[in-house]
Amino acid sequence: MTDAPAPAPFVGPLSDKDRIFTNVHGFQDWGVDAAMKRGDWDNTKKLMEIGQDAIIDTIKASNLRGRGGAGFPTGMKWSFMPKESKDGRPSFLVINADESEPGSCKDREIIRHDPHKLIEGALIAGFAMRARAAYIYIRGEFIYEAKVLFAAVEQAYEKGFIGKNACGSGYDFDVFVHRGAGAYICGEETAQIESIEGKKGQPRLKPPFPAGAGLYGCPTTVNNVESIAVAPTILRRGAAWFNGFGRENNRGTKLFQISGHVNKPCVVEESMSIPFRELIDRHCGGIRGGWDNLLAVIPGGSSVPLVPAKEIMDAPMDFDGLRALGSGLGTAAVIVMDKSTDIVRAISRLSYFYKHESCGQCTPCREGTGWMWRVMERLRTGDADQSEIDMLFQVTKQVEGHTICALGDAAAWPIQGLIRHFRPEIERRINENKGSAPVMEAAE
Amino acid sequence: MADAVHIPDEAETRARWGAFAWTPENAEQAKKVIARYPAGRQQSAVMPLLDLAQRQVGAETQTNGWLPVPVMEYIGRQLDMPYMRVYEVATFYTMYNLAPVGRYHVQVCGTTPCMLRGSDDVFAACKNKGLVKGGTTPDGLFTLNEVECLGACANAPMVQINDDNFEDLTYDSTIAILETLAAGGQPKIGPQIDRQTSAPEGGPTTLKEMVGENHDYRGQWNEGATA
Repeated sequence: MTDAPAPAPFVGPLSDKDRIFTNVHGFQDWGVDAAMKRGDWDNTKKLMEIGQDAIIDTIKASNLRGRGGAGFPTGMKWSFMPKESKDGRPSFLVINADESEPGSCKDREIIRHDPHKLIEGALIAGFAMRARAAYIYIRGEFIYEAKVLFAAVEQAYEKGFIGKNACGSGYDFDVFVHRGAGAYICGEETAQIESIEGKKGQPRLKPPFPAGAGLYGCPTTVNNVESIAVAPTILRRGAAWFNGFGRENNRGTKLFQISGHVNKPCVVEESMSIPFRELIDRHCGGIRGGWDNLLAVIPGGSSVPLVPAKEIMDAPMDFDGLRALGSGLGTAAVIVMDKSTDIVRAISRLSYFYKHESCGQCTPCREGTGWMWRVMERLRTGDADQSEIDMLFQVTKQVEGHTICALGDAAAWPIQGLIRHFRPEIERRINENKGSAPVMEAAE
Repeated sequence: MADAVHIPDEAETRARWGAFAWTPENAEQAKKVIARYPAGRQQSAVMPLLDLAQRQVGAETQTNGWLPVPVMEYIGRQLDMPYMRVYEVATFYTMYNLAPVGRYHVQVCGTTPCMLRGSDDVFAACKNKGLVKGGTTPDGLFTLNEVECLGACANAPMVQINDDNFEDLTYDSTIAILETLAAGGQPKIGPQIDRQTSAPEGGPTTLKEMVGENHDYRGQWNEGATA
């Protein structure tokens, strides 16, 4: 006897009624009255009445994995927070809206078009983890978005949804907005905490972990905007509903952000595990120049390795499916590159990005990112020796895993992906350069 | 740090900004900002106050603003922070201008997603209008800088000019924006093509009811299976 096979997972396309961010494109007003008509702040008190542990259990049961890139289970993260303060220290929720990963542009849409989903989520998440207040850290360049967010928080206070006795629940909860000022590294959770404390955003050594000693030395959880903003809908519709999308261990809906060489780049909410081809054909009008013109895809923001065309075409867009291809879902920021792309330049430009954004604290990253970028530039022009390819690969291995935070890893991985998949192209440039060099000398 | 700018702290900077103080409105705003943080943690307010100061300097000089050293010292005194701690913050974050900029700070994103969609053309347009990377035009109107990803990748390529984003650019639309600004006009903010924010060009593929009305999907929540 064998067990009946599990039903095939739902992998899209998502129908509109199952989309969480219904105003993602901003056709309608972001304000509180319009948001309430769409279902936000609808009897939030009732959602809170099931109790703090029951909220965490529901989020755990929904299998929501953090939407900021690492994919850590959100409910479990919340459960690490102390249930009561033994020494009088308050707890804090920090919401990471420092969206700076090249390719990512989803938190921006949530904040400027559906900010009340985020603020309601902040209350529910903060209540569940017994936090005194939430700080929303929004990147400084989101100037319009920050204006909307400040105004939306003010609206929520005026309605009594947050502040003293939030939503009539008897729980006091404040929400503050903190603007960054241009530093990618502040998306790292401990750097973000440093930044809120008014310092340079340089990551802290862990332990202590933020859940033990974070913001102002108090227990703190740092969550991505999307992870927090989906929480109220999960509670309203139930964990089973959220579990109905995507493959096992990759459940839920997800905001995909498609940029680069598709006919119509866009941000769209889809089911997790949707095949790459369906995502692009349905929402982006296909690859520029057709599917035969696809060269490679960076499927999860600049920090994940690229995947060549033939491997990604029919791959499921989720954490495990992309990990199996040696890459990752990251923030679901899909950067598409067609055959017109100078692939070495595209990755070299990312190396420049990491050189620019290294905080300068750890030597392997501070020195390594600049070194890697300079060698990448030599490979781009072909002005290098064949042996430098292996040397560069080796250096990326020496940076990776040898720094306090993951920026060193993030700088190393795109280069490793390039060498792994496009070594012949790099070699071709070096050979051609070598071949032409004596001719040029003769011409001079 | 090799590309760090020279930080002016000469006698004339001190003479011009030594008496810097908040305008009455900004003094109010500074109080509000400090109140967001727990008592004794006023250092947290240093970033918003530096931004506020840069804006005030901008308003006083008809530019996008910058942070003279005496202004940083003023904020340090208000927050009971050593000047060096303020200076550290001001130099760490890219949005604080450590030297004067023009009336319009043109920040073109050059990171890969924008590069793939044609940021080279945007730079070419800037160059042909006389803008030089890292410099200010002789008329004091435009300062051009290449910046790293500004988080509008589905609307690439893009430029942020002062507080506004201009997206889905081409060579021609970049020229048009710069010319409109130079003539004292206000170009259309956001996408420069037929497109609603980050929806696909030509109209959304999802949530079409939302285009015409503030649709409430809750009534359909229990209809049928997920498919």
